[in-house]
Amino acid sequence: MSQTQSPAAGDDVLLSVRNLSKHFPTANGVVKAVEDVSFDVRRGHIVGIVGESGSGKTTAGRCILRLVEPSEGEAIFDGVDLFKLSQKALRAYRRRMQIIFQDPYSSLNPRMRVGDIIGEAIDTHRLAKGAARQARIAELLTRVGLSPEHARRYPHEFSGGQRQRIGIARALAVEPELIVADEPVSALDVSVQAQVLNLVQELQKELGLTMLFISHDLTVVEYLCDDIVVLYLGRVMEQGPAREVYANPRHPYTRALLSTAPIPDPTVRRERVILQGDIPSPLDPPSGCVFRTRCPFAIDACATTVPPRETVSPGHTVACIRQAELASLDIRKVSA
Amino acid sequence: MSEQAATPAPTAAARPAEKAESLLLRHVAAFFESPLAVVGLAGLVLLVAAALAAPLIAPQDPYDLAQLDIMDGTLPPGAESLAGYTYWLGTDEQGRDMLSAILYGLRISLGVGAVSVVIACAVGASIGVLAAYAGGRIDSLVMRVVDLQLSFPAILVALVLLAVFGRGVDKVIIALVIVQWAYYARTVRGSALVERRRDYIEAARCLALPKSRIVFRHLLPNCLPPLIVVATVQVAHAIALESTLSFLGVGVPVTEPSLGMLIANGYDYLLSGKYWISTFPGIALVAAIVAINLVGDRLRDVLNPRLSR
Repeated sequence: MSQTQSPAAGDDVLLSVRNLSKHFPTANGVVKAVEDVSFDVRRGHIVGIVGESGSGKTTAGRCILRLVEPSEGEAIFDGVDLFKLSQKALRAYRRRMQIIFQDPYSSLNPRMRVGDIIGEAIDTHRLAKGAARQARIAELLTRVGLSPEHARRYPHEFSGGQRQRIGIARALAVEPELIVADEPVSALDVSVQAQVLNLVQELQKELGLTMLFISHDLTVVEYLCDDIVVLYLGRVMEQGPAREVYANPRHPYTRALLSTAPIPDPTVRRERVILQGDIPSPLDPPSGCVFRTRCPFAIDACATTVPPRETVSPGHTVACIRQAELASLDIRKVSA
Repeated sequence: MSEQAATPAPTAAARPAEKAESLLLRHVAAFFESPLAVVGLAGLVLLVAAALAAPLIAPQDPYDLAQLDIMDGTLPPGAESLAGYTYWLGTDEQGRDMLSAILYGLRISLGVGAVSVVIACAVGASIGVLAAYAGGRIDSLVMRVVDLQLSFPAILVALVLLAVFGRGVDKVIIALVIVQWAYYARTVRGSALVERRRDYIEAARCLALPKSRIVFRHLLPNCLPPLIVVATVQVAHAIALESTLSFLGVGVPVTEPSLGMLIANGYDYLLSGKYWISTFPGIALVAAIVAINLVGDRLRDVLNPRLSR
């Protein structure tokens, strides 16, 4: 097995993603879905990846799991570069990393019973047999808030929230260390979202799971995550400890995203950073800073320079050439 | 959490039972909504039952030369034999009771149709689903072979194959499989390409399930509905094709006469007014094909939500 030690990976870092890129060749050119994304996920922590649709957050998550083959970069998982593993060697690591999908309607095989869906995971990795297997299925179903009798039913007999619970049970069946949660609640009714989020958080704490939480909902990420990575057109705009980024967002894009989140306090007024237009085509991304076409603070220099990553506080980096001067403007907090 | 755990459970317990039942029941009920389909199904059941029970219900064993009397040759329908019983559908030139010959012929025709479809379906579906899952060059290659196969008229390919193989029920079945597998491969590939992109396939890959299991346990079962429809209609095609081949004299051997061969036998007598030798097997053949097509059409409507509602 190829062992690649990452210099950046500390003892408590379970997953270290370095310079991840994914380029899709298409008939009209190369789409750079993910470009030079790096971050660390510490054991037992949750990292949130945030961005609009088309920002490459889902692709990044799937690349790490090798469900999509990455173009460049490395993902050091417990000392081993996942991207260099052969399909055969990867099998052993599959058990340690699982995924929870966005759409609970397409993530469960409609022709298999719930017990078989979960049991299949147990069988493949030879985790339990016979009565122990049944007991484990029952335990998993109970753990995610369903009842053991549900094992005999088919997926179409359940609601969206319940299906998502089944998906979570399937992921947990192999006792993974890392879970990539790909917008696990965005397809659910608002009333059910909180229940499933609570479940995810409880399980993460109890089982000491390490998570990569992909979402477009900043309030959810703030509530759940330790660190966040803000993606735009596949590039990292800003990343750092969640508390720090929320309290002190430096990138205009992060500020814009945060200003769309409602604050449950009518006395607080804040200036809104409103974005115009849509995310540009990834086939033909803007030169320099990819965000400049929608950035209210863009200047001529933004079109020519690719903004370097600047560290503004420990662990908190921003890719914006004007971040220092914009920080003094304090555009976020203007109280009435 | 205990609260949340308790709330979804009762609703789930109440709903699923009826819903699970209703899925199959809905299809069955929808099928029976069409009187034509019911007629088709009834006719098909009747024909299959008659074919299966032929040795029990046929007045005569047309293969047993001892039971035939050359003196009874080409008697019209309703004529009495020398032994004293009635030939309701007449006899052929060898004195065979046409009713018995048709019942036994149905056995061969329906049997050849069903067996060739089952084999072609298994072969074609496996190839189609594997091509879709593998994608890329393998997929393109397989699909070009399918296109090539489908671009030749089935009857032409079957004629050539049988000219090489010679006569025989087994050889007819092989020829039918070779000309038909491509339909199934194309049908299954189409739905497998859609299913392949669904998250449950990703989930299966993420669990490191063996490829064979992903393909045959996850992908294939979800491609079945269109396959069932194609297979039903193809049974009718297979029967018609086999009859054509037998009529042309390259199909089943004389010792195992199918409906097509019976029609061919009577062909020479049509102009001399002895219509019954060809006509009655022809009617039986048409009845079988129409019945199967009626059932197949209805199945397609029921299983394809875009067409039905």
